[in-house]
Amino acid sequence: MFRYIASRVLLLIPTFIGISFVAFMFIRLLPGDPVIALAGERGMTPERHQMLLEQFGFNRPIWEQYFSFLWNIFHGDFGTSIASKRAVLADFLTLFPATLELSLCAMLFAVIIGIPAGIFAAVKRGSIFDQLSMGIALVGYSMPIFWWGILLIILFAGILHWTPVSGRMDLIYFFKPTTGFMLIDSLISGPKGAFKSAFSHLILPTIVLGTIPLAVIARQTRSAMLEVLGEDYVRTARAKGLAPKRVIGIHALRNAMIPVITTIGLQMGLLMAGAILTETIFSWPGIGKWMIDAIAKRDYVVVQGGLMLVALIVMTVNLIVDLLYAVVNPRIRVK
Amino acid sequence: MKTYKKLLAATALAMLTGGLMAGGASAKSLVYCSEAAPGGFDPALYTGGETLDATGQAVFNPLVEFTPGTSTVRPALAESWKISDDGLEYTFKIRKGVKFQTTSYFTPSRELNADDVVFSFERQKEGSKWAKYVEGATYEYFESMDFPKLIKEVKKVDDLTVKIVLNKPSAPMLAGLAMDFSSIVSKEYADKLMADGTPQKFNEQPVGTGPFQFVDYQLNTAIRYEANPTYWKGKVKVDNLIFAVTPDAAVRVQKLKAGECNLTIYPDPADVDGLKADKNLTVIQESGLNIAYLGYNTTQAPFDKPEVRKALNMAIDKKAIVDAVYLGQAKPAINPIPPTMWSYNKSIKDDEYNPEAAKKALEKAGVKDLSMKIWAMPVVRPYMPNGRRTAELLQSDFAKVGVKVEIVSYDWQEYLKRASDPKHDGAVILGWTGDNGDPDNFLAVLLSCQAVGQANRTAWCNKEFTALIDKAAVTADQAERTKLYEEAQVIFKREAPWGTLAHSLVTTAMTKNVTGYVASPFGVHNFAYVDITE
Repeated sequence: MFRYIASRVLLLIPTFIGISFVAFMFIRLLPGDPVIALAGERGMTPERHQMLLEQFGFNRPIWEQYFSFLWNIFHGDFGTSIASKRAVLADFLTLFPATLELSLCAMLFAVIIGIPAGIFAAVKRGSIFDQLSMGIALVGYSMPIFWWGILLIILFAGILHWTPVSGRMDLIYFFKPTTGFMLIDSLISGPKGAFKSAFSHLILPTIVLGTIPLAVIARQTRSAMLEVLGEDYVRTARAKGLAPKRVIGIHALRNAMIPVITTIGLQMGLLMAGAILTETIFSWPGIGKWMIDAIAKRDYVVVQGGLMLVALIVMTVNLIVDLLYAVVNPRIRVK
Repeated sequence: MKTYKKLLAATALAMLTGGLMAGGASAKSLVYCSEAAPGGFDPALYTGGETLDATGQAVFNPLVEFTPGTSTVRPALAESWKISDDGLEYTFKIRKGVKFQTTSYFTPSRELNADDVVFSFERQKEGSKWAKYVEGATYEYFESMDFPKLIKEVKKVDDLTVKIVLNKPSAPMLAGLAMDFSSIVSKEYADKLMADGTPQKFNEQPVGTGPFQFVDYQLNTAIRYEANPTYWKGKVKVDNLIFAVTPDAAVRVQKLKAGECNLTIYPDPADVDGLKADKNLTVIQESGLNIAYLGYNTTQAPFDKPEVRKALNMAIDKKAIVDAVYLGQAKPAINPIPPTMWSYNKSIKDDEYNPEAAKKALEKAGVKDLSMKIWAMPVVRPYMPNGRRTAELLQSDFAKVGVKVEIVSYDWQEYLKRASDPKHDGAVILGWTGDNGDPDNFLAVLLSCQAVGQANRTAWCNKEFTALIDKAAVTADQAERTKLYEEAQVIFKREAPWGTLAHSLVTTAMTKNVTGYVASPFGVHNFAYVDITE
C-alpha cells in the first residue's frame, strides 16, 4: 500500500511540471501582451511599452520567466494581477467557492433529474415519456447557454418574478463570509432570510449550468439501462419472479450506473467551461469569469496562476480518488 | 413584498452603517448596476471607467472639478486659483476645514492641507517611494497626460496654498487636474500605512474627502459605501450607495426592471425602446463626448491621397450606419470632435453621401479595381455598439463605388497593437471617449504627429494641423484657442484622414424614484447629487 501511495504521489511531480509549462505557455502563445491592455485605445509610446515590459519582467528570456514562475509557485507565491494589482491566490480563494458551489448544485440538479428520467425512459421504452424526455434532452444538450440563461431570466425573474435576476444574494444582506459557500454562510452567520435569498439566487444558474449535464446523464442512463435490461441475469431475475421494482432498482440499475458514474465524473470537469458563460450571465463572482477577463486583458499572472490552482485542486482530488480506489479494491494496489 | 424588502433593507443597512438614522427615518439606499468590477481603489492606478466611478467619483475630490453634465471646470478642493501671466505657475488656494473621511480603518487627526495636495502628485512620479507601492503599479493617466514632463514641481507655499510649476504653458492643464487621477488623497493615511508596512491597503481601503466613504468590497460582486457625514459640500441625500457588479447588458436591464437596482448604464441599443416604454423607468440620453471613425492608413497607397480618402468618405451612408448599428441612438459625425465640445466648427459641411460622385472622384484620382481591408472592432464600446455590422455596411457602401472590401478582425489587444503600427493594412474602425472635455484631448491625442504609433492610428502627420494644435495647447485665451481648433478642423476635413462615422448617445436608465442624476459627458458616473423619493 505504501509503495502504491508513494508512486501516486511521485507521479504528481511530472504532472505538475507539465501542467505548469502548458499554463505558462498557453497565454503567451496568444497575440498581444498585458502592457498594451493597460493603455487601451490611448496606446503608448514604444519606449514606455518597453519600460513597462521590463518593469513586469516580461522582457526576460522565456525560460527564465518560466523558472521564476515555478520557483515562486513552490514558495506559495502565485503572483499579483497586472490589471488589478491584487494577489492571485487571495482572489482565487475568494472566488473559487462560488464556482464550486454553483457547479455542485448544477451537478446535483442534473443527477437528481437525469438519472430517474433516464431510468424511466428506458423502462418505458418507446412511450411518449421516453420520446418526449429524450427529445427535451437533445434540445437541452444543443441549447446555447447564453441564450438559455437570458430566456430563463426574462421568464422567471422578469415576467413571473419568481426568482431574482442575478447575483448570489440580495444586496440587503451583508455579512462576512466564513466558508465562501453562500448556502452555508447564510445559515451560519447570515441574518434571517439570507438562506432563502441565497437559495433563490442559485435556482436559475443551477438550471442553466445543469442543463447540458442533465441531458447527457439522462441519455447515458437510458442507454446503459437498455443494455443492462437485455442481459441474461435480468431475464433470470425476472424469471425468478422478483418484483419489477427490485429487478430494475437492484439488478439492473447498479450495473447500469457504472458508465453513468464515469459520465458524471467527466461532466464535472466540463462544468467549468459552462460556468464561464453562466457566471457572466448571472453576475456570479466565480473563477470562470475571472479567468476569461484575465485572458482578454492578457493578464499573464492571473491566467497562469489561476490555471495552476485549478490544476492543483483537480490533481489533489484525483489523488484522493485513486487512493480511495485502492482502499476499496485491493486488486488496484497490487497491480 | 416591496415594503417588506424596503424595511429589511433599511434595517440591514442601518446595522451596516453602525446606527439608525437620526429620528428613526429609514435609510435611503441607491443600488447602481455597474458594468464591471473595479480594478482597485486608488484612482491614479487605473484608467477604466468602472474603477474611476468607484474611486474618484465616489470617494475622492480633485482640486478642481467638472460642473455636472458639462466639461466646464469649477472649484472643488481648491476654492480659487491664479495662473501666472506666462502660464507656468498655477497657485491654488485650498478650501479650509475639509475633513478626510473617518472610517472603521482610519481616523484622520487633521484636515486637508497643502501636504496632501503635494503628495497626491508627487507620489505618481517615477522614483517616488509610492511609485511601486503595489506590485505592478503604473500611473497610466499621469503618464499619458504628459504630467511627468509637464510638471516641474508641486510645492507647498503655506498650509493652504499650493503652487504647481510647469515646464511649459499648458492650456489643458486645468482640465487634467479635474480628472480622477488628480484626486487628492490623504498623506496622513498613506504615511500610516507605509509605517505599518501595509501600503497595499491604500489600494484596498480608500480614504478621501468625497461624498461617499468606503465600507466594503466583495470581490467582483458589490461595493458598499455610506454617505460621508462630514462632506464639505454637506451630507449627500442618499445614505447608502451600492455598486452591484453586473457585466451583462441584458441582465442589467432585467435587474433594473425587477427593481434589483435603481440605476444602470449602457443598455444594448435594442433594449432602449423597451426601457423608454416602461412606465416605472426614466431614460436619459445625452450626447456623449465621443466619436467613432474609419481611420485610413494615410501612408499606404492609394490612401495617401486626400482625394481618394474624400471620395471614399462620400461613399459612406452614415445615416444607414446610425439607423442599423446604433438603432438611431447616435448622430452622424462631421468633425473629429463632438458638437457639444467647445470650438466645434459649425461652419464645416459634411461630405455629401453620393456614390455616383464618389465613383467619379475615385476614377479622377486614378483608382481602379481597388481592394482594401476594413478592420472590424471585436468589442463593444460606448461609441461603437457593433464593429462587425459597421464594417459590413461600409463593405456594401464601398462595393457600390467599385471598391472591394475584405473585413478583418483580431482579438482586441492585438487589434490595438496592430492598428498602432504605421505599416498596418487598410482602414480601421475605432473611436474615442473624451477624458476631460478639452479639444486637445481629441485632436492632439488622436491626430497629431506626436501621436503616430500611439492613438493616431492613421499615421497621418500634417505639419500645419499639428502646429495649430500645439499652438492652441500653449495658448491661455480660450477665444484664441477656439479659433485655432476651428482652423485645425478645416484642415482635417480637407485632408480626411478619417471617415467620421457617428457620435453616440449615452443612455442611462433609472427607476422613477431616482432624481437629481446628471449624466457626465465623459462616461463616468457620479451619485453625489442623487436622491430617492418615496
